[in-house]
Amino acid sequence: MAEITLRVNGSERKVTVSPETPLLWVLRDTLELTGTKFGCGAGLCGACTVHVEGSPIRSCSTPVSQVAGKNVTTIEGLGASGLHALQQAWIAEEVPQCGYCQTGQIMSAAALLAKTPNPSDEQITQAMNGNLCRCGTYERIRKAIHRAAANGGTR
Amino acid sequence: MSGLSRREFVGAGLATGAGLVIGFYLPHGSNEQKSFSPNAYLRITPDNKVTIVVARSEMGQGVRTALPMILAEELEADWKQIEIEQAGASTLFGDQSTGGSASIRTTWDPMRKAGATAREMLISAAALTWGVPRSACTAENSRIKHAASGRSFTYGELAAKASTLPIPADAPLKQSKDYKIVGQRLPRLESTAKVKGEAVFGIDFRVPTMKFAVLSRCPTIGGKVSSFNDKESKKISGVSYVGKIGESSIAVVADSVWGAMEGRRLLNVTWDEGANKDLNTAAIMASLKREASKKGASLYSAGDATKASGRHVTAEYELPFMAHAPMEPGNCTAHYRGSNCELWAPTQVPQDCRDSVAQAVGLDPDQVKVNVTLMGGGFGRRLEHDYAVEAALVSKAINAPVKVVWTREDDMRMSTYRPASLHQISATVDGAGFPVSLTHRIISPSISGQKGLATPNNVDPDLPDEAGPVYGIPNYSIEYVMTQTPVPLGWMRSVYALQAAFALESFIDELAVSSGKDPLQYRLHLLAKDQDLQYFTTTWHTARMRGVLQLVAEKSGWNKPLPADRYRGVACFGCFGSYMAEVVEITMENNQPRVHRAVAAVDCGQVVNPGILEQQIQGGIVFGLANALRAKITIEKGRVVQGNFDDYAPLRMDETPAVEVYSIQSAEVPTGIGEPPVPPLAPALCNAIYAATKKRIRALPILS
Repeated sequence: MAEITLRVNGSERKVTVSPETPLLWVLRDTLELTGTKFGCGAGLCGACTVHVEGSPIRSCSTPVSQVAGKNVTTIEGLGASGLHALQQAWIAEEVPQCGYCQTGQIMSAAALLAKTPNPSDEQITQAMNGNLCRCGTYERIRKAIHRAAANGGTR
Repeated sequence: MSGLSRREFVGAGLATGAGLVIGFYLPHGSNEQKSFSPNAYLRITPDNKVTIVVARSEMGQGVRTALPMILAEELEADWKQIEIEQAGASTLFGDQSTGGSASIRTTWDPMRKAGATAREMLISAAALTWGVPRSACTAENSRIKHAASGRSFTYGELAAKASTLPIPADAPLKQSKDYKIVGQRLPRLESTAKVKGEAVFGIDFRVPTMKFAVLSRCPTIGGKVSSFNDKESKKISGVSYVGKIGESSIAVVADSVWGAMEGRRLLNVTWDEGANKDLNTAAIMASLKREASKKGASLYSAGDATKASGRHVTAEYELPFMAHAPMEPGNCTAHYRGSNCELWAPTQVPQDCRDSVAQAVGLDPDQVKVNVTLMGGGFGRRLEHDYAVEAALVSKAINAPVKVVWTREDDMRMSTYRPASLHQISATVDGAGFPVSLTHRIISPSISGQKGLATPNNVDPDLPDEAGPVYGIPNYSIEYVMTQTPVPLGWMRSVYALQAAFALESFIDELAVSSGKDPLQYRLHLLAKDQDLQYFTTTWHTARMRGVLQLVAEKSGWNKPLPADRYRGVACFGCFGSYMAEVVEITMENNQPRVHRAVAAVDCGQVVNPGILEQQIQGGIVFGLANALRAKITIEKGRVVQGNFDDYAPLRMDETPAVEVYSIQSAEVPTGIGEPPVPPLAPALCNAIYAATKKRIRALPILS
């Protein structure tokens, strides 16, 4: 066990866990931020995507010790002042069916738009291909990303 | 029903806060107060809250929006004012199972009647209060209005008065032309919570002080725990309990999911593998071929398929076991408290969870409370109740609340699988190449049979919804040979319809091609005559199937030339009461198909919410495409080989086609939509592959 300090959604959080614990379980079980989802535990589905220093990572396969002292953003911290442009676009395009994978999808999309404000279809596919959705919402995700981009949606 | 005569409406009276409650079904017991606990209901309180309780489970298919729309329509309610409540399991409810694409079809009448009855009573309440004739009052937007005087009441203001009035027996139902809510593209009620990460799925639900558990289950089908050593497991910080649960699994309980996973990783178990330790897929498929010689049960019979003469054509088709793999892995939270047990379950079958948990922990069903959570997909996997029983048993063992979490590998390897099947189809064709007779033999284990449920006349009870005739072929026989397998079986989205449609619609394509005819025109010819095909309790109308085929032909531009290197295929099928036709357009890249476009046409009667309908069809096509391309569960040495999304890979964005959805305008009673989009996809795709390569695919998956 070790005490590790994280900056989660702008706040400093100290946790006492074994250092190899995946960030996912620290977020979900220790900090009770359950918007980040468990899907595969192997970095294959993207449901657990969060940002570390602005870059998307798979929290199920990232030991918490690796992100000590770093800025972590989860879905709960996206769009700090109301809904993020992507969340608004997700609602407008009626993307979610079951909704389970969508927080991870949105975090991947947010990282994409932060670097590429007007992505092409090809760039969207490349950025989003690691995120699985069993309800089959991919085409609506694509539309929602275009919509958010058109609305200047990096925030 | 304790000897009471059954009526659909039983009473109105005081709900909490003196409101109006409308029950749908006669409840148990004679206590008047309790008689207001129906299987789904409407509650209007004096503070003007209109609450509709949904007694089906939300797994992404939109029931928490669509079902209330039906009631709100007849109620003349202000949709913006509606609040939704999820029903838990109760002995007062009718069948609450969510499956068989049945939620809309089975609640359409009761929801409409409940809304209409409430509306009429609110009108009466207003008329009595004002001392005016009922006919002078109208219901609109959650108000009763008296046009002559300009007065109006909100529903909340009338709730107490309305609850004292007698219930009209036959409240008039609206005509579809007057619908204001049904048929509208209303947004789902939960999208905001879902995009913010605030929606609480089963895996997210927390009880204070609860522990987390993962289970080590015997990897060999039917095997048991022989012995185990938990010395290393207990060295993991936070691991508080390791113990046998049932005959074939061991629970590791900890303060966190990760702690429990680590404890399980270090657990040393010796398994008694039992009778299936040498079982493998090849042997299972070989046994289907052996069983094929058995006489089958007749599902459908027209004319005499044995007597027709002409050119004879036969083909065999094979489909593998498949896994549902919903994004949210299995889980359930339970709190066993000695004299009762409470569950928070992402389940399609709250009542089965209640009953099987009661039996497992030694309680009566009414001592088990089941709260239904949101589900991260279901696709039939959550029609089982294994996760609930495990959670209750672990909670009992540790005498504390606990959440059991399955890993992805647990979900993949300990699932219940879509049955593998073999299909033998033979036809006799006339000089023009059209079938004079057709026999389709379905050889497959029975899901219900394996579970010990009734299989009257050796027919799996799902087949009447899923394997009906499509065409009015004069001599036509569909038979079912029920087989057995030790591989655990479950109902997976579209169930047997996927297999039946793949075989039949591939075969029809073979007939069309072998007689040099256009596959779509060939099908239209087979549907040219208006016929009613009676199949168990469903009457399939060739005219309606013809309608969706014509619509898909028009919208896909079937008669227009395709760009170079593009090919297309068509298939149609009817299941769960609905008619579906799909066209896919592909190119072949490195010998693999890439689907660029899928066009779907559906006739499912009255559409309740076109937006949700479109989502279901888009999702069904993506699901069907994943099934067709890659979905295959194999068994080696009695164990499931696949474990995660690398070796059982769902569709990703780069493989997803644009999907266009069209529906027939209809005022017919609504039929299913969750499952009907899935079955035509595989044959349409394989027919397109034939058009491109002249290679006929008779076994799924395509990329095996």
